[in-house]
Amino acid sequence: MNSVHDMGGMHGLGPLMPEVDEPLFHAPWEARVMGLASALGAWGKWNTDVFRQAQERIPAADYLRMSYYERWFNVYETLAVDAGLIAREEIAAGRPANGQPKATPQLRPEMIVPRFLAGAPKTRPLDTMPRFAPGARVRARVINPTTHTRLPRYLRGHAGDVTAHHGAHVFPDTNALFQGENPQHVYTVRFRATDIWGPDANPRDTICADLWESYLDHG
Amino acid sequence: MAPHDPHTHAHDHDHEHSDVPSDLALRVKALESLLVEKGLVDPAAMDEVIDYFERRVGPRNGARVVARAWSDPTYKARLLSDATSAIAELGYSGRQGEHMVVVENTAAMHNLIVCTLCSCYPWPVLGLPPAWYKSAAYRSRAVIDPRGVIAEFGLALPENIEVRVWDSTAELRYLVLPERPAGTASLNEEQLADLVTRDAMIGTARVAAP
Repeated sequence: MNSVHDMGGMHGLGPLMPEVDEPLFHAPWEARVMGLASALGAWGKWNTDVFRQAQERIPAADYLRMSYYERWFNVYETLAVDAGLIAREEIAAGRPANGQPKATPQLRPEMIVPRFLAGAPKTRPLDTMPRFAPGARVRARVINPTTHTRLPRYLRGHAGDVTAHHGAHVFPDTNALFQGENPQHVYTVRFRATDIWGPDANPRDTICADLWESYLDHG
Repeated sequence: MAPHDPHTHAHDHDHEHSDVPSDLALRVKALESLLVEKGLVDPAAMDEVIDYFERRVGPRNGARVVARAWSDPTYKARLLSDATSAIAELGYSGRQGEHMVVVENTAAMHNLIVCTLCSCYPWPVLGLPPAWYKSAAYRSRAVIDPRGVIAEFGLALPENIEVRVWDSTAELRYLVLPERPAGTASLNEEQLADLVTRDAMIGTARVAAP
């Protein structure tokens, strides 16, 4: 979707402000949001792409105003409600509704380290041969889906060169809609900065992005 | 650009962390209490998640990878051809580092990592990203003005080298292998790792000579 999250190449989004000796979390509540993210995610009611799409659906003015962990908090609250884990009435009342059996947490303390160290690879087996090989000239399709995609606007319509094939990965555009993983081949495509931005870019400079096969045509 | 003073940033309304509603901490606490009361989350598990990010992952891990690559040419070759396995040799693996790629800075090439669509970042080797990496300013500018961004971090790159920006649009996660500074031939791996900064592994800095 063409929302404000897709900000590559935009102007006017403020100055860079690196902090000296930045803390890992700026307030204790930020750390608790990080903990909630994993503890709620363990219920398996959504996936990374659903989470990202929920962020992208935050209205633009709110998205830009909110801090990173404020966005996360609002998204997890919404996802938990949408998944039926909690009700808006319970949030308003600050206590569980009457008559519900108490659940058992899915994420236990001893599970954290093994689960994080194992990770969750996004590669999947796929019988279909890759359509492109390293060296191929490709062009990013012009698409404007109103739902989640990982093809940024600034690359659409532009041609580049495939530099690597990474096997087949879960396809975010359908996974975000609970419509299945539908794995596709993923390629690194290298674009010339001048092709994307015009003559003001340095002619030596390049941009690489990792793109799913259905984002690309022969260029 | 003057470095930002963390002690005043809450009052800076141009900042990523500006304008936080005063009741946000209370809302987070209220939601956690509700979820605990419903038996949906275990607060001790949340503590363990926080501990993981505070103690098990961070740029020190990435610095050890870089130092090993500088010290051992065969390791460096493995790192550049199969980064996920080479990084796992040092014990770093897992979430947000399942598909790693390491890109090498040279005299002719400078690499810069960004995620324009969200804030994807290689957790096992760098931990959680700094606020500037997640900011709208960095995400918007890194692809269109990488040299300007890098210059604001204090590094002026020559016009005649290639700047290559890696936009983390899929689940591949990137780490920059910086150039080894001159005058470090006598240093051991641990001493080399002490020189390597987070920003050098994102590409907004070089590693300074000791």
